[in-house]
Amino acid sequence: MKKPGKMLMEVLRHAPKKPATEMYPHVRPYVPERFRGRLDFIPGKCIGCKMCMRDCPSKAITINKIGDKKFEAVIDLDRCIYCGQCVDSCPKDALLMTTDFELAQLDRRKLKIVLKDAGNATDAKPEAEPEKPVA
Amino acid sequence: MTALIGILVFPGVFFLSLFGLVCEFVDRKLHARLQHRVGPPWFQPLADFIKLVSKETIIPEEADRTMFRLMPALAVAAAAAAALYIPMWSAKALFSFSGDVIVVIYLLTIPTLTFFLGGWSSTSLYAMIGSVRCLTQLFAYEVPLFMGVLAPFMLASTWNFSELAEFYRAHPGYMIFNVIGFAVSLVALMGKLEKVPFDIPEAETEIVAGSFTEYSGRYLALFRMAVDIEMVVGASLLAAVFLPFGLGLPAGVAFALYVIKVLFVVVLLSILRTLFARLRIDQMVDFCWKYLAPASLVQLLINLAVKGALLS
Amino acid sequence: MSKVTIPIGPQHPALKEPARFCLTLNGEKIYEIDLRLGYNHRGIEKACEERTYIQAMYLVERVCGICSHSHSTAFIQAVEEIAGLQLPRRGLYIRTLIAELERIHSHLLWLGVAGHEVGFDTLLMYAWRDRELVMDILADLTGNRVNYGINTIGGVRRDVTPRQIERVTKAMDTFEERTKYYVQVATEESTLIARLSNVGKLCYDDAMRLGAIGPTARACGLERDARKADPYGLYGELDFKVITDKHSDVYGRAVVRLLELMESYRIIRQLCKGMPEGPIAVKAPRKIPAGEALSRYEAPRGEDVHYVRGNGTDKPERVKIRAPTLANLQAVAKMLEDNYLADTTIVIAAIDPCFSCTDRAVLLKKSRRRNEEPVLWNSLRDYGIAWHRKQGLDFGDMNRRFGRMMERSSR
Ligand code: SF4
Ligand code: SF4
Repeated sequence: MKKPGKMLMEVLRHAPKKPATEMYPHVRPYVPERFRGRLDFIPGKCIGCKMCMRDCPSKAITINKIGDKKFEAVIDLDRCIYCGQCVDSCPKDALLMTTDFELAQLDRRKLKIVLKDAGNATDAKPEAEPEKPVA
Repeated sequence: MTALIGILVFPGVFFLSLFGLVCEFVDRKLHARLQHRVGPPWFQPLADFIKLVSKETIIPEEADRTMFRLMPALAVAAAAAAALYIPMWSAKALFSFSGDVIVVIYLLTIPTLTFFLGGWSSTSLYAMIGSVRCLTQLFAYEVPLFMGVLAPFMLASTWNFSELAEFYRAHPGYMIFNVIGFAVSLVALMGKLEKVPFDIPEAETEIVAGSFTEYSGRYLALFRMAVDIEMVVGASLLAAVFLPFGLGLPAGVAFALYVIKVLFVVVLLSILRTLFARLRIDQMVDFCWKYLAPASLVQLLINLAVKGALLS
Repeated sequence: MSKVTIPIGPQHPALKEPARFCLTLNGEKIYEIDLRLGYNHRGIEKACEERTYIQAMYLVERVCGICSHSHSTAFIQAVEEIAGLQLPRRGLYIRTLIAELERIHSHLLWLGVAGHEVGFDTLLMYAWRDRELVMDILADLTGNRVNYGINTIGGVRRDVTPRQIERVTKAMDTFEERTKYYVQVATEESTLIARLSNVGKLCYDDAMRLGAIGPTARACGLERDARKADPYGLYGELDFKVITDKHSDVYGRAVVRLLELMESYRIIRQLCKGMPEGPIAVKAPRKIPAGEALSRYEAPRGEDVHYVRGNGTDKPERVKIRAPTLANLQAVAKMLEDNYLADTTIVIAAIDPCFSCTDRAVLLKKSRRRNEEPVLWNSLRDYGIAWHRKQGLDFGDMNRRFGRMMERSSR
């Protein structure tokens, strides 16, 4: 049966209801457990095998040796596609993905992060002084 | 002096603009809530207006500059001028003479013509197609709108708003006879205001913004304001013609009642525009001539019969 | 009104991606269509050759934002075939589950877009609100709303938990109810029907001749579905129908998609019920042996074809992608003929186009070893004329006319 205004009851029914709109940033959105957000690095576990670098599709991760059996991970958050392949490739579970997704920055250089201590992403030094891997 | 204040401030351009923004807000908010969305905050229409006014105006090189710049102002002026003849909260309008309803209806046609001319003189393809559609559509809804609005006047044997109000104060029961006319005029008004399903002249998915495609900055702001004022004036017209009660009340109450009446019409428009898909221009013309015009004819016949049976 | 030519695109509010439809109008009716592609070519095929299979997989997944799983699965199926990998059952189940969830989100997305194109924004809002549900489920299962990254060579990367299976099953009830409602809206709301029916007609023979695929073909009564015709993955064992319709217009395409949704719910129910225990992936070698494979996959928009050739290294030698939209574009030109301008956008939208997935570019180079400059279109044309003249053929008159035409269209 054809008739105009088929959705009348539907729209009237919904008008007084709470809108379905996501109220971000006033209300935190739903972030699933498995969400692939910013990477995190556990330096103590890393053995420097660089499997992560090899498999990364966007060359976003670099592992530098900073001392005897000590490594740091440098991650270009603007290159990273948050695929999580490095996490899967790492044989020692030294990498993991957090649910942190608010990564926008006004300064592009701040998107390069250096991870030395677990859970403590430190901003990279400005581009002017490139980090030299300590031999 | 009072006339000048009347034209410029109250109930003239200033009041109409403000009320127009309020109506736009009500319309947008309700539209959003019906679609299960949040919708804009109350100041959004004003913020949009201020934003547009403060933006750079770009006029296409090939456009007819005079026409291009004149049309938005003319649209606002015509829409506002129509308001001066419509009685809003008292039985008397600011200006009144014996054939004022005809003048109002004609003044309400002018904004549509300015949309056409503005679009046409901006020489953009999208704008030109939009303009042509604008005009095509005008011919389709104008006749039903005329007949729908004039039917109650016929019943009252007058062409004057004040006398119409007098008549319905004397015979309030007769208002019911005009239901079909109200429905017809409401639908035709949607055509005039270019709301879904009749937003064909500015169908954004086809011709960008129709006549307004090349407009920007304060000229666009003026056009948008003209549309808002048109909405208020159209709603006031329907309220004055089809809901002419409570006009003798004390000023404050009558004013509140007027606002409620207009908002009632706006709410109806807003619900209606939520429900449909946009028609095609040929379907729109078909619809107007096949259903709307006959319905308004029926209304005229009913009123003639009523007049013959009850008032002679 | 005389004939006017109006450009739809490359930038146009109705097109979500750049493509150019140059329409010559006779009044409000379309008289002639000129279609140009290639505004969004990204060189993905070539880039794949410089990446390992694992890396290429993530790149291929980004061919399309809507059917990302389709592309990655199509690619990976080819790779797995070359490597001769036997997938574990549970991995296959999960892969198919995501595939069908993706179909749901894509078809609901289409419903909203179609509503928007005909000015029915209310339908858009409601359809997309319901789509959020499936997006959230996908995010829960895979970790992201788009680009799920669930595939890996030899299986899938994430297992599903019993809680998630329960969630999916429960959501199917909601979806079924909502979809039934949308079917009602689509078949009863008269303004919507007025805009959809008898618009963009494509008869069975034309669909056959122009090689239409996916819902576009199925709405012409053409039973074309890679899931049935050439069952891959689990589809051979699942019970589902290929939905066809006889309307042959946009209305038919809408109905086909809506009913296909119902089939997807049925498939997902079967998958959730029959999900076997076991591993989700087998270990894949880094180096894929030499060989080639062609893989077909029924994406929401139609059949997606990937061709992969390996040469024994860890990088593919050649990857070729035929995205579904490419197959349907010919049909669009046919559908648009004699329609109203107002219907252009809905007709284009009705094939659910995805232009960036489709765009291809050809770059011709002079083969003078070092100095490799690209040959421009005009010089190529001159070259062609001169070559033919040498062969004793002169297309002088035709050429001049063609030149004029080119000039006009570039103006
Ligand atoms: S998440 Fe993906 S893109 Fe980002 S660093 Fe890891 S492998 Fe590279
Ligand atoms: S793969 Fe893991 S262990 Fe190896 S270098 Fe990367 S983070 Fe370190």
